[in-house]
Amino acid sequence: MSPYDPGPDVVEVVRAPEPGGAGGAYRAFGETLRGLKTTFARLREKPSTIQYPEEKVPVYPRFRGRHRLHRFEDTGLEKCVGCSLCAAACPVDCIRVVAAENTPEHRISAGERYAAVYEINLSRCIFCGYCEVACPFDAITMGHDYEMSDYNRSDLIFTKEMLLAEPLDRTPLRAEGE
Amino acid sequence: MIPVAAIGHYEDWWVQILKAIVIFAIALQLLPAVIIMERKLMGRMQMRYGPNRVGPFGALQPMAEIIKFAVKQDMRPRTAVELLYVLAPAISIITAVSAFAIVPFGDTVDIFGGEVGLYGIDVSIGVLYVFAFGAIAFYGLMLGGWASGSKYSFLGAMRSAAQLISYEVSQGLALVGVLMTAGTLSLTEIVDHQQGMWFIVPQLVGFIVFLVAGFAETNRAPFDLPEADAELVQGYMTEYGGTKMVAFLFAEYLNMLTVSLLAVTFFLGGWHLPFGIDPPTWVDPLVVLGKLYFFVFFFIWVRATLPRLRYDQLMSLGWKVLLPLATVNALVTAIVLVVVDNS
Repeated sequence: MSPYDPGPDVVEVVRAPEPGGAGGAYRAFGETLRGLKTTFARLREKPSTIQYPEEKVPVYPRFRGRHRLHRFEDTGLEKCVGCSLCAAACPVDCIRVVAAENTPEHRISAGERYAAVYEINLSRCIFCGYCEVACPFDAITMGHDYEMSDYNRSDLIFTKEMLLAEPLDRTPLRAEGE
Repeated sequence: MIPVAAIGHYEDWWVQILKAIVIFAIALQLLPAVIIMERKLMGRMQMRYGPNRVGPFGALQPMAEIIKFAVKQDMRPRTAVELLYVLAPAISIITAVSAFAIVPFGDTVDIFGGEVGLYGIDVSIGVLYVFAFGAIAFYGLMLGGWASGSKYSFLGAMRSAAQLISYEVSQGLALVGVLMTAGTLSLTEIVDHQQGMWFIVPQLVGFIVFLVAGFAETNRAPFDLPEADAELVQGYMTEYGGTKMVAFLFAEYLNMLTVSLLAVTFFLGGWHLPFGIDPPTWVDPLVVLGKLYFFVFFFIWVRATLPRLRYDQLMSLGWKVLLPLATVNALVTAIVLVVVDNS
């Protein structure tokens, strides 16, 4: 018995058989056949490919896609009050907000002020969702759209109108329990 | 003039020219079918679809690729030797198609008011012809690698040459058993000898050695060291692009077809069907094509399965396993033949 007793945790090392010789040739042949069987069995299975532009993987409800700005459903006023907290929270500085005062004749948002300019530079955005967390009025949320490629960098700067617009239903949402 | 070889079945000169054109056309028509088959099968074996965008079920993919290659800019390294650089792919593809000429697709049939053999030409030295053109094909790779004027191409060419030469020995020796049993070098006569029993039964060892060496001869996985696409540069065709590279690739696929056809001819009874089934003569080419596609399927199947060998493993398999096996096979066959003849 060795001076150090490792107890019942000892596992015997399993080593592969020595290569070479008749046994090695026999094993190599057998393993080759086993490999051929494995690949042949794949022929009967359906490919697991998702044909992307036609088929899409449904996204989860909390998926962080392109941002959306929201309005109040009853009054149609914008939820954003131009506080710039989202811009402050943004780690890559991709949000630009210029606030302006609401007047009784020209009322855009429910608060005192509204966002006269609200731009998100999506070519810089890292989709971290901090803006959504920072917003005190749930005016900005992350949507489900992830198809944002474009030919021009300047086209990736989304303005307030684009963010407010109802997004095209391009990405399927995962159903409950899917 | 002393004839180089006896010709089994004489035909008019215009029939021979016509047959040459037909063989060339058929050989080059088989290629896209094999390419799309390879890519689709590989895809399915890896649980993906393979090409499925161009044409119905992706069937036009080879066409699209060839057009893409053909319109590429034709360029070569400044250090290249121009004549040989252009000649090398031509040598490769000419030798690859030439080997097709003697593969029999069937016996003689009645067309054009005369007996016409369903093969390019039936010479009494058929096997030697095949190996001669196989040997000339090496020049394609070696000249291509050397004339590129690039050290990587040159190293690749050396690597290919070492591999092809070592495996050609075993491949040739593997056939000796068949040739002794049949007692002839003519391919049609060898096929005729297999009327009762295919040579795969008595020559199983020879068949396995021939097939394994065939994999190495045609640079197919798991012996695709010459161009090992994943880890080495493209070997002797590193500096090639456009149609010249397509010529090399076509030659490679044609070689695969040739080796498959030779295996069919030597071991699987050519156009004969087992169990005494004797279809009309016009079915014979289809039988050969069916067997050919079985082998092509096997080549693709193996490519999708086995990982590439290390270079020293490749060499030791060729010299230490296949060559002794083939030699012993030839010896045993010779002894058995002598014993059977004397008893």
